[in-house]
Amino acid sequence: MFGYPTSFDTLFDEFARINRELDDAFGAWGAPASIRATARGSFPPVNIAASDDAVHVYAFAPGLDPSTLDISMQRNLLTMSGERAIERQGDADYYLRERFGGGFRRVMTLPEDVDPDRVEAAYRDGVLHVQVQRSEQGKPRQIRVQ
Amino acid sequence: MNEQTEMTTRQEDGALRAPTERELILRPAVDIFEDANAIVVEADMPGVAKDRLDIQVDRNSLTLEGEVAITMPEGMRALYADVRGTRYRRNFSLSSELDTEQVEANLKDGLLRVRIPKRAELQPRKIEVKTD
Repeated sequence: MFGYPTSFDTLFDEFARINRELDDAFGAWGAPASIRATARGSFPPVNIAASDDAVHVYAFAPGLDPSTLDISMQRNLLTMSGERAIERQGDADYYLRERFGGGFRRVMTLPEDVDPDRVEAAYRDGVLHVQVQRSEQGKPRQIRVQ
Repeated sequence: MNEQTEMTTRQEDGALRAPTERELILRPAVDIFEDANAIVVEADMPGVAKDRLDIQVDRNSLTLEGEVAITMPEGMRALYADVRGTRYRRNFSLSSELDTEQVEANLKDGLLRVRIPKRAELQPRKIEVKTD
């Protein structure tokens, strides 16, 4: 279960696998949800991954102005909120309007050992990447056998 | 050869293997609108850089395809995922009044905008009513 995939593809295999495992384990009842969980399909969709040093949150939020994003950490709770302005052409006929527009807010519970003072965020190609360092005591330590 | 063996053999040669999770295709959300001169498709494809975007257009169809490329640190494991695939694809059929030679596409911050103009001779003209 806790392999260490290195490439992006294998990490996505991991994402797919954990979802499949949850589906298998809980069937139609769904996994016991976090009390802050939102419905599937909420904007923006996020993936969360962890290494020994940091927790990485990837929010798939295209076409945003990064300066309008509000990201905050309170202990291990990460909140992202913002506004996605969708310019709709007044004089055009719309056939499909699937893209999300308006205000959004997502709260995520990260592992307990994250350090809320060491957070970095970057926005690239429509993906917001928030990286939160884990505190030293949470890292696995090598125990030397005497 | 019983059915079981045959299935196994087929899987081994790879041809009839069910698509794996890795090949899961994401369907980008789109807005499509039409004004007097063109049809415009706006597609959400977060994580796709310009060099991983592929737009195919011929007389009858428009295909948008893109691959998510994010550099990730090594030694990561997944905790939670809304997005389960790394490839977007969506296909639209086109009609003959569109001028597929003049398609313009623009990608910014994971938002793709494709504009397909209507043929000049088919654009609506305002008919003036003359009065004596």
